[in-house]
Amino acid sequence: MSTKDKPYGVLAEFDNPADLMDAASAVNKAGYKQFDTHSPFPIHGMDDAMGLKPSKLGWIVLVHGLIGLLGGVALQVWSMDIAYPVHISGKPYLNFPAFVPVTFALVILLSAFGTFFGLFKMNKLPRLHNPLFNSDRIAKATDDSFFISIQATDPIFAEKKTIEFLKEIGATHTEIIPES
Amino acid sequence: MSQNTAIESDTRLVKGDHDFASITKLITDIPQERTPLWWYIAFGISNVLLAVMLAMVVWLVYQGIGVWGLNNPVGWGWDITNFVWWVGIGHAGTLISAILFLFRQGWRTAINRFAEAMTIFAVMCAGLFPAIHVGRLWTIYWIFPLPNSMQLWPNFNSPLLWDVFAVFTYLVVSTLFWYVGLVPDLATMRDKVKGKISRLVYGTFALGWTGGNRQWQHYEKAYMILAGLATPLVLSVHTIVSFDFAVSIIPGWHTTIFPPYFVAGAVFSGFAMVLSLMIITRKLYKLEDIMTVDHIEKMNIIILVTGNMVGFAYAMEFFIAWYGGVEYEKFAFINRAFGPYAWAYWIMVTCNVVAPQFFWVKKFRRNIALTFALSIVINIGMWFERFVITVTSLAQDFLPSSWGYFSPTYVDVLTYVGTFGLFFTFFLLFLRFLPMVAISEVKGVMPQADPAYYRSQNGNSKSTR
Repeated sequence: MSTKDKPYGVLAEFDNPADLMDAASAVNKAGYKQFDTHSPFPIHGMDDAMGLKPSKLGWIVLVHGLIGLLGGVALQVWSMDIAYPVHISGKPYLNFPAFVPVTFALVILLSAFGTFFGLFKMNKLPRLHNPLFNSDRIAKATDDSFFISIQATDPIFAEKKTIEFLKEIGATHTEIIPES
Repeated sequence: MSQNTAIESDTRLVKGDHDFASITKLITDIPQERTPLWWYIAFGISNVLLAVMLAMVVWLVYQGIGVWGLNNPVGWGWDITNFVWWVGIGHAGTLISAILFLFRQGWRTAINRFAEAMTIFAVMCAGLFPAIHVGRLWTIYWIFPLPNSMQLWPNFNSPLLWDVFAVFTYLVVSTLFWYVGLVPDLATMRDKVKGKISRLVYGTFALGWTGGNRQWQHYEKAYMILAGLATPLVLSVHTIVSFDFAVSIIPGWHTTIFPPYFVAGAVFSGFAMVLSLMIITRKLYKLEDIMTVDHIEKMNIIILVTGNMVGFAYAMEFFIAWYGGVEYEKFAFINRAFGPYAWAYWIMVTCNVVAPQFFWVKKFRRNIALTFALSIVINIGMWFERFVITVTSLAQDFLPSSWGYFSPTYVDVLTYVGTFGLFFTFFLLFLRFLPMVAISEVKGVMPQADPAYYRSQNGNSKSTR
C-alpha cells in the first residue's frame, strides 16, 4: 500500500488475548491516548488495561427512562382526566393503579430506545467508511486475530518510533495504514 | 460476553477440537454455501401456508368474525387461544437471552440468537390474532392513543389496552436486543463473504463495526442494560396477558394465581418450542459441537421445573376454588375436568403434567429423540391449556340458560395452521441469511478467550480433560 499522504495510523497484530492485554497496558503506560484494541469478542479486563473510563451509557438510558415515566403518566392523566373524562363502571378518573402497566411498558420502551441509539451514538456508528479497513488484515479482527491500532493524530505518535515500540511489546506483524 | 470463561475439562461449553477460526467458519459458512434442497421444500410449504393464512384473514375481514366458530357466550375462541400460545412461545427467547445472561449462564450463547429470532417471529404471529379479532381491522389504530376526529382516547383502565402496550413494547425491545447482538456477527459476515453485493449488504447492517474495545465497552454495557430491561418486561408481558382474563369477573378467570402461572407456562412452552426447532437445526446444519447434548439436558431441566410449576398451579386452582367457597368458581373447575370440555382438560393434564415427568431421569433428559417427541407433546398441551382457560369459562358461566358450546370452523383451523407458514417463512429466511449462532458470544465463553488461559503453562493444563 502506498503511503504518499500522511498515514491514518499503525496497526499491530498480536497472538492471543493475553498478549493483547499486556500490549494494551504498555501502550497506555507509554502515554498514547488515541489507540484502540480490536478483538473478535470483548476481553474481560481490557477496559482497565487500556485505562478507559466506565461507559456513560447508563445515564443516557436513565434520562430516557424518566421521559418514558413522566410521558406515560402525563399521557394517561391528561387523556383520562382532562381531555375527555369518561365515566367507566364507577372507576375514578384518576385511577393510578390502572395506569401502572402502561407506564411501565413506556419506561421500558423509551429506555430500550435510549440504549439502542445511545450505544451507536457513543460508538460513532453507523460509519460509512473507516480508514482502518484499508488494511487487509483488520478483517481478521472479527475472526481470530487481535490488533492494536494507534492513530497518527495522537500527540506522541511518530511513525518509526511507534512501530518499533509495538514490535518491542510483542507485535507479530505491524503495518502503516494509509488515510485513503 | 465474557462470562464463565474459566470453564474447565469436560464442562466445556463447546465440544470438539475448536479454535476461534473454526467457530467462525462453522457458522459463517452456512449462509455462504449453496442453498440445500430441503430448505427450498420447507420454504415452499411455508409459503403455501402463509398464503392460506392471508386468504383466511382476507375472508374474515370481508365477511366479519362470524366466519369463526364464535357464538354468544363464547366470544373468545381459537383467536385468543392462539394469541396467548404464540406470545408464550416467544418468552423462552427472552428468558434465554436476558435472564440467563443476568445469571451468567454461559451455555446460553449457543442458542440465544436462535431463540431470540423465534421470539420475534412468534410475537408477530401472536399480534395477528388480537388485530384481526377486533373485526373492523380498518379502525385498529383506535387502540393507540392517537388524536382523532371524535376526540376520544383509549380506555387506560382496560387490561386489553395494557396488552397492546405490553406486546408492542415486547416486539420492539426484542427486535432491538436481537439486532444489537447481531452487529458484531454481521461484521464477521462482512469480512467473510466473497460477493460484492452480499458484502455491501452485511457491511451496511454491521454499521462499520471494527471490534475495537472502545466499541465493545459500550456494547457490553448496552447488552447488560437491555438484558436488565428485557427481564422485567418479559415477566410483565405474560402477567398483563393474564390480566386480560384475571381482571374480569368470569369464574375460572378471576384468580390471583394467573400471572405467575401464565409466566411459568410461557417459559415451559417456549423452551419446548426452542428444543423442537433446535434439535432439527443442529442436525441439518451439523452444529452438534455448539448445541450439545448438555444444552438439551439443561433446557430439559428448565422444562421439568416450569412444567411442575404449571402442574402445581392446576392443583392450586382447584384447591382455591374449593377453599374460596364461591359456588360458581367451584362449578367452573369441576366443569373443566368433568364437563363437556373434559377431553381438552385431560389432554392438557397428560401433556403438561405427566409428560415432563420423564425428565427426572438423566438418561431421558439426554435422549434426543425422546426430548423432541416430548417437546411437541408439551406444545400441544400448552395450546390446550389456553383453550381450556379461554373457552370452558365462557361456555358455562353463571346462567345455565345462556350456556353454549364452541366448535371451530375451517377458518379458525386454517388461520391457526397458516400462522405456522408466517413463522417458518421468516424463520427459514433467518436460518439462510443470518449467522444463527452468536459467534462473538460463543468465542467469549471458550477457555481460550480468557487471558489467564495463556498465563498458566501455555494453557496446556486447562485444555485437556
